Amino acid sequence: MAKFALRLEARPSPSRLMAWLSPVLAVLLTVLCGALLFMALGHDPLAGLAVFFVEPLRDAHGWSELGLKVAPLLLIAVGLAICFRANIYNIGAEGQLTLGAICGGAAALHLDDGVGGAAIIGVSLLAGMAGGMAWAGLVAWLRDRYNASEILVSLMLVYIAQLLLSYLVYGVLRDPEGFNFPQSKLLSDGLLLPMVVADTRLHLGIVFALLASLGGWLYLSKSISGFRLRVGGMAPAAARYAGFSSRKTLWSSLLICGALSGLAGACEVLGPMGQLTPTVSPGYGFAAIIVAFVGRLHPVGVIFSSFVMALFYIGGELAQSRLGLPSAITGVVQGILLFALLACDVLIQYKLRWRKHG
Amino acid sequence: MDNLALTIAPLVAASINAGTPLMLAALGLLVNEKAGVVNLGAEGMMLVSAITGFAVAVNTGSPTLGFLAGAGASMVLSGFFAWLTVWLGTNQYATGLALSLFGAGASTYIGLKYVGNSLQNGRFGIPFLEDIPVLGPALFRQHPMVYLSLLLCLAIAWFLYRTRAGLVLRAVGESPASAHALGYPVRRIRLAAVLFGGACCGLAGAFLSLVYTPLWVEGMVAGRGWIALALTTFATWRPARVVGGAYLFGGITILTFHAQALGVPVASQLLSMLPYVAAIVVLVLISSNANYIKLNMPASLGKNFNPGA
Repeated sequence: MAKFALRLEARPSPSRLMAWLSPVLAVLLTVLCGALLFMALGHDPLAGLAVFFVEPLRDAHGWSELGLKVAPLLLIAVGLAICFRANIYNIGAEGQLTLGAICGGAAALHLDDGVGGAAIIGVSLLAGMAGGMAWAGLVAWLRDRYNASEILVSLMLVYIAQLLLSYLVYGVLRDPEGFNFPQSKLLSDGLLLPMVVADTRLHLGIVFALLASLGGWLYLSKSISGFRLRVGGMAPAAARYAGFSSRKTLWSSLLICGALSGLAGACEVLGPMGQLTPTVSPGYGFAAIIVAFVGRLHPVGVIFSSFVMALFYIGGELAQSRLGLPSAITGVVQGILLFALLACDVLIQYKLRWRKHG
Repeated sequence: MDNLALTIAPLVAASINAGTPLMLAALGLLVNEKAGVVNLGAEGMMLVSAITGFAVAVNTGSPTLGFLAGAGASMVLSGFFAWLTVWLGTNQYATGLALSLFGAGASTYIGLKYVGNSLQNGRFGIPFLEDIPVLGPALFRQHPMVYLSLLLCLAIAWFLYRTRAGLVLRAVGESPASAHALGYPVRRIRLAAVLFGGACCGLAGAFLSLVYTPLWVEGMVAGRGWIALALTTFATWRPARVVGGAYLFGGITILTFHAQALGVPVASQLLSMLPYVAAIVVLVLISSNANYIKLNMPASLGKNFNPGA
């Protein structure tokens, strides 16, 4: 009896077409899985998909809310793309974001004079970036000096950062008039980031994010340092032969990523939150890992993937209010997206062939 | 003197209890890594198995079924991970991360119905031995899984270093190309190792929700999967050292609780940081010794092998 089997056949050279197509396929596959998930939960899959993909895009308000989520995802993903290009597996961006929120928020609270102004906002954002850089710098130092796995160290630092934030908002940063709630004072209006579009919550963070994307692209494709970083990531032996320092790459990629993640954290506090609370992020630092991969580790590519991921976040919130689905569904869908992308990427190196066995 | 012994006994008992899930997961991951596969999905697998085990135990009333279900759920996830990494050749680090992210979301989702439920645990003890003063309460009144995990450690050490199959598994982790040339099915061996690692992480997750806390809280694994991964490095891939490391971390966790109870004037959040800080310190101490790492780390850890190429 003839048996047909799907076989993988190595391509003579990696397919450039598939490298572009794979993220698109992955998103489609995720949408399909999402629809099946809705069905399994006893909902109309089309209605479910409409909530996820149409509803958020129907009006200006929806778009601005989307931009609000794109901003942190994009900022972090640009930094992560640079790290991953250099083969530095920094997966603790969530911790670097948290430190950025702590330092940016603490600076703003300390400097708050009731009036605010661009200077204080600027200093607070810089403090946030410095906080994120310090947290990432710790990872770079332990990796550089002691050869400790950056994966595990950066992750442990996420837990430490979250406990530190909790310690501060339950302690010295707690609003004395806040009825004992674990949260800081609200920042004065003059300290909040200016809005980009009037009557929405879309703040300056989105501009920073787009600039970061442009800057990241210029850095990787036009600068010598970025070139060395890419060579080091793709062909470590060649980079060593050329005399490129892997230490410089380690430090620069981590510090850039830390600064961008810290900025993202500070923007959340000086933007939509307006104060420090025990949680500053619904996992943006982890979701940005997926964003970076789906965006092909390209600083411009991540604009599109952060948009998709922001859609998942908004869709998850809407699914909660409209369909009564738990918002944890966003996390499930995020995981599926990364699985789908990794599986689709196989098609860059291999061709799918139906083969008949005798 | 007597008083000191009486305070220490429950601390030792609690440390062993707290170290057991770390040990179970780290032992599984060790076998996993000995075959050359690193699975960063441990945290996600532990979360899914914690809620699966808990849900099954609540619905059936049987903790044993809970443990089996937890191990099973985790094996399914690790099988999927193995299919992607070992057969399709996806990046092990990225795939493991995807598994951890997926597990966090899925466990929260499955667990919504079970928030607030709790399980009753009976008392356990080994007859006669548990009545030995001091030593009895410290060592012999544990859940059976604690003793099973120690047996598991012995079994793994024996398997890896005393059996032919263990030798083959280590060869696959050192040099898959040579193992393949000798005719061993590298991919199937790696699949088996990953499934075993999954089962152990599953038992670890179920231990947390069935024995350690007996309830379900979102994100309750709280980084123990990552600490277990760090433990394999700490133990330089030696089963006996995993036991020491796991109990050490269990001890640190318990001390942070008791420091609060004893009124040590440090905020609870700062004390809770200790296990994570300790994990970093330990990683730094071990990793900085290049000889230690090079001698023991499986040479092809994290590298995929394609027998067709």
